[in-house]
This record gives sequence, C-alpha cells and structure tokens, in this order.
Amino acid sequence: MKKALSLVLALGMAASLLAGCGGATSSSAPASEAGSTAASGSTAAAEGDYAGQTLKVAAIETAYGADMWQQIADAFEAHTGATVELTTDKNLEDVIDPQMKAGNFYDVVHLAAGREKALPETMLKENAILEVTDVLDMNVLGEDVTVGEKIIPGFTGNLTTNPYGDDKVYMMPMFYGPCGLFYNKANFTEGGGELELPETWDELFALADQTDIPLFTYPTAGYLDAFTYAMIAEVGGQDFFNKALQYDEETWASSEIDTMFDILGELAANTNSATPSYANNDNFTKNQQMILDNEALFMPNGNWVIGEMADAPRAEGFEWGFMALPAVEEGGDRYSYTFFEQCWIPAGAENPDLAKVFLTFLYSDEAADIFAASGAVQPITGMTDKLSDDNKVYYSVYDNGAKAAIGTFATTAPVEGVNLKDDLCFKMDSVVNGNATVDEWKESVRATIDILRDAMQ
Amino acid sequence: MQKNKARSRFIVACVAPACILAFIFMAVPTFNVFRMSLFRWGGYSPNQQFVGLNNFITLFKDEDFFRSCRNSILLIVVVTIFTLSFALLFAYILSREKIRGQNLFRIVFYIPNILSVVVISAIFSAIYDSNRGLLNNLLSIFRGDAEPIYWLGDQKIVIYSIVIAMVWQAIGYYMVMYMASMSAISESLYESANLEGASRTRQFFSITLPLIWTNLRTTLTFFIISNINMSFLFVRAMTGGGPDGSTEVFLSYMYSQAYTNSTYGYGMAIGVVVFSFSFALSALVNFVTKREPLEM
Repeated sequence: MKKALSLVLALGMAASLLAGCGGATSSSAPASEAGSTAASGSTAAAEGDYAGQTLKVAAIETAYGADMWQQIADAFEAHTGATVELTTDKNLEDVIDPQMKAGNFYDVVHLAAGREKALPETMLKENAILEVTDVLDMNVLGEDVTVGEKIIPGFTGNLTTNPYGDDKVYMMPMFYGPCGLFYNKANFTEGGGELELPETWDELFALADQTDIPLFTYPTAGYLDAFTYAMIAEVGGQDFFNKALQYDEETWASSEIDTMFDILGELAANTNSATPSYANNDNFTKNQQMILDNEALFMPNGNWVIGEMADAPRAEGFEWGFMALPAVEEGGDRYSYTFFEQCWIPAGAENPDLAKVFLTFLYSDEAADIFAASGAVQPITGMTDKLSDDNKVYYSVYDNGAKAAIGTFATTAPVEGVNLKDDLCFKMDSVVNGNATVDEWKESVRATIDILRDAMQ
Repeated sequence: MQKNKARSRFIVACVAPACILAFIFMAVPTFNVFRMSLFRWGGYSPNQQFVGLNNFITLFKDEDFFRSCRNSILLIVVVTIFTLSFALLFAYILSREKIRGQNLFRIVFYIPNILSVVVISAIFSAIYDSNRGLLNNLLSIFRGDAEPIYWLGDQKIVIYSIVIAMVWQAIGYYMVMYMASMSAISESLYESANLEGASRTRQFFSITLPLIWTNLRTTLTFFIISNINMSFLFVRAMTGGGPDGSTEVFLSYMYSQAYTNSTYGYGMAIGVVVFSFSFALSALVNFVTKREPLEM
C-alpha cells in the first residue's frame, strides 16, 4: 500500500515537472473561442476557407493600450473563421524573443524598430523577416481595393519598409506620428507671449538675445534620431536624405553635412546645461518638464509626450505647441520626421499565407476605425479627416507647408562594436558637456558611416 | 555486498537531480558562451558563421570595450575598498563600543541592502538632482549661486556618483557579517590587551583583524564577484551607461553588443573575457590574502 502510494506521488511529481516544462505557449490564448466557432461557419467560405487554422499574433502594448488588438483579433476571427492566438505585452521582446530563439515563431508581429532591444533590426540583419511585397497588391480583406492603393504614398518604398535599399518590402507601415519641436505657446506671440516663433535656425538662435530661457533640451540623446533625420533632409533635400541613409560617401563628406553639424553644435551650446544629467531612462521626464516650467524653449519629441506629461505641473498659461524644424535658410524647406511603427512576418512563421491576409485586414476601414478609437492613426488615405480636432492640429503639420522625412538608415550586416546611434545621437551629451568638440563628433560619425557602408548587404 | 550496492544506488539517485540540473543550467550555457564567442551570429538565423578568434581580435581593438573595462575595474577597486573599510569600521564600533541606539544603527545600516536597485536608483536620483537635489542644496550653503554640480551629467564625476550609491547599498550586509564574527572573539583577549595598555586602534589591528581574517577573505572574493553584477544593475538603473557611454561597465557593454547591436557572438566574446577576468581576479585575491589561520 505504502509502495503504491509513493509511486503515485512520484508519478504526480514527475508529471507536474513535465507540465512546467511544456507550458511554453501558456501566455497566449485563443482570442475568443466562442467568437471564432460561431463565426467560422458564416463568413469563412466567403473569404476563403481559413476555418480551423490558427494565427499567432504578437503586438506590443503601447500608450494606445492592448484592447484594440483584442478587438482586431475578434474582428479577424469573425471574418475568416480562423483562430487568433494573441500575445500582447509592454515588453514584447522579453516574451517573444525566447520563444523565437527556441524556434516557436509568431505569424505576425507588431513591433517597431528603434527600441533599445532592437529585435526587428536584429532579425533584419539576420534575414529572418519574410518579404511581404506581394501584400501591397493583395485586396484588403472584405474590400475591393488593394493595400498599396490605401497606404499614403511615401509610407512604402522608404528605407524603413524596404530596409535593404531595394524594392522589396519587409515591414508594413502602421501607426504614425510627426516628430518635431515642442514648445510652450505662451512664450510666443501666438499664445500672447513676446517672442516670435522662428522659421529659420538663425531666427531660433537669435532668440538667445531676447530671453534668458535656454533654447533647447532633449529627453534623452536617443530622441535626436528623428531630429537628425529631419535635419539631413533639410540641409540637402529628399534625394540627399535617401543617399545619406544608404551611407553614401560623397553625401557624408559634403558641406551640407558640415552645415548640419554646425547647427547641432550651436544647439548644444544653447542647451540647458542640466539636460545630460537627466538624459537617462530614470530622469528623462525632468528634461520634458523643462518645457512645462519654461526652463527650455524647444524640445524634439513625438505626440506621446502630451500624454506622458498630462499630470505634470506647468507654468501659468502653458499650452503645448508643435512645429516642424526651422529651415536652414529663409524660404527653405522645413521638415518633420514621420515616425511610424511596423508590422512584420518572421521568416519562420508557420502560417505565412494567413499572416498576409491578416496584414491586409489591418488596412481595412473596420480595423482603421478600431485603431483610431484608441488614438492610433494609420497611414491610410483620408484617415486624418476622421481624427479628433486636437489630433488634427498635430497631424496637419504637413498641410502647413512642412515636408515629411520618412525612413531609417539602411540595414547592414551586424558590425562588432559599431553603433551609429551612439555616435550620431549620444555624442550630443558630450558636446553639451564640453567633453567633445563638434569636429570630433563629425569625424566619429563619418568613420562609423565608412564602416557601415562596407557592411551594406 | 548487496547492502553496499543499494547504498551506492541510493547515493547516485540522491545526487543525480542536482548534478543533472547543474549540468543543464550551468555547464551547458557556460560551454555555449565559449563556443558562441567563436561565431558571428545575430541570434536568429540558422547561419552561424565560424570566425575563429576574430571576435577577440576586434575586441582588443575596441576603445569602447576598454572604457567599460576601466570603469568596471575602477568600480571593483574603489567600491571594494570603501565598502569593506566602512563595514569593518562600523562593525567594530557597533560591536566593541557602547553607543546609544546600537540596534537602531544596525537596522539603519542594513536597510539599503533589502531595497531593490531600482528604488536605490530613484533615491539617489533625488539626491543627485542638479537643480532640486539634496546634495546640491546642501552644497549651495558653501558654494552660493555657483553653477550646480551635475552628479549624473558630468562625465568626470558620474562614475563616482555610482560608487557612492553602491557603497551605501552594500555596507550594511558586510557589516552584519563582520559583526557576527567579531562577536565570536573572546572578551578575555581584549581585557588582557587593555591591561597591557594597548590602544583601541592597536586592539583592532592586532586582535580583531587577524581573528576575522578568514571571514574577511571570503567576503572579499564574494564581494568582488558580486560587484561585477551589481555594477551592471546600478549603471542600467541610474545612468543607462550615459552620458555618452561614460559609465558603461563590462556587462552593460556586453548586453548592448549582444542585443542592441545584434552581434551576439561578439557579446559572448565579451562574456568569455569577463568570465576569465572574474576567475583570475578571485584566484589572485585568494592568493594574495592567504595567511596562516589563527586559532583562539
């Protein structure tokens, strides 16, 4: 009897151990089983027979929340009869990275490049993302229009969506927002203040004589990436911008790049000197607070800053203002960098065909409305008409004459010990502190560009 | 004979789970770190390219790596010296001297040790804040309206700001350890030393220190190794390696290379260097501090 009991207990223990090991997919669950079974019979036939198939979707939970993804999953299930296994997390990399390293790939991942863990960048460098050029020619699920026709021109064909610099699309453009300079309207004539809002960099630097407020701050130097992208476009135009992102030798040796660094150097000299001491993940909101407290005039950022600082105390009469970067010369082009998130299919996806159908669904009017309800705006023609008035002001920066700079540096093979963002953006801290000169900054960027050019695929 | 066999089987059965776990979770990953350091690989694709010792050759030309080495070694040396000296001093005072509220001090010194690094980082962010911080406000009594000191922003002093936080965090734990071994020293030794007219300093160096030497030696090795890990946590939480990489340490640089820069193999090469460095340093410390143990 005793033996039998101990055997049962031992077996129980072994089973629980195995169950623990096998729980790899326990974090994700079918989005709504009831919904999927109910829907499978009715609409699956109309949209192709996807009933019984399972689609694994992973989406990052950002300020827009995770609810919208649940609704998207439900709607997709209702249309196709497929089952969506949805995984959302604020630190999505930590959830999906170990899974994918173990060979359990997701079918669709919504996770933008430019984050610290650089998961999409690593996968691109490893050729581990599926080409989705054909999705542009596919009809949007349930509509008679192709995906390519719905996406605003310029949002595809750039170096973010076509990371290898050719005509192959790997990343689909999702929620976008303009990045530019934020300021307190109350300081300027438009808000009843005394200062004129600058239209050129010279006018901006001239403000230093009219006010005691330091001209510039940045949350962390990493935020200067969108800023420098727009600067590159400003000093040399769209073609120059595209060449620069492909590490073109002549472009980077040109006088236009010298001009850009001269402006950056002057900005560094006019930056609130406390900025580098707050420019880390723990304290960056103190730099953002400088704008609210009138301790700095301008700050590069994206529209999320308004929500991020919603509860922060502020100077009397404070009102958020937003503008594109000032022009290099009188009457010159002003640019605002367009940041957009990306959705992609890992090369190891088990169900790439259904994943592509899911991608087309993301551009449907139905999906766009679900996203827009949470404030997430997709690059779909006519979307801005549906925005709330607050958001319209912000997205209308391009209607007011500013040009959009879209794209990121071309993907190269990984190079040991070389990181362009460190040289291009984080060096700013040293220049503000006086530990590096603008010339040293320029030289280190050019040296890094030379190395990366050789590593282009 | 039969009994012996059964006994051996029992011993094997008892030891096997621990050995298997240690093998799977310690030996295999360590071996993999060494193996991957010879490859060029980003972490996802099946194409792992064997590059021999190339990662190490690049590493020994990498200025940023040397900067992280300098910072790590500085933290190991300075933090160890200050932490252990203060811990010894406080332990001696609290165990030998009669002070009011002794137990309170004991608790107060120990509290930082139970706080998470993130909390400590938040506390020190408030202390170091250049405009509204405790430290600069105190210093303004002497410095007047001079430009504030940027404790976390000035490349020349930021690493020492981290030193202070690390020392503050670690003192209590080691103090308690030393107090435990100091309390084991017989009171009669101090009494006879008093009769001989030995000063307190003399008593400390001739009685206390030699008698807790074994403990000191163990904690020294222990502390140096944990320092490599703790410096990573502190740097991540307090400065993120900034400004401009000036506070990067071994492990934060390894992390940024293996993940952010998509050069996993290179990151593992850094891992190998850190692993060997820790081993060598422990051996060195062990060798240098070797003394004949004193028996009471």
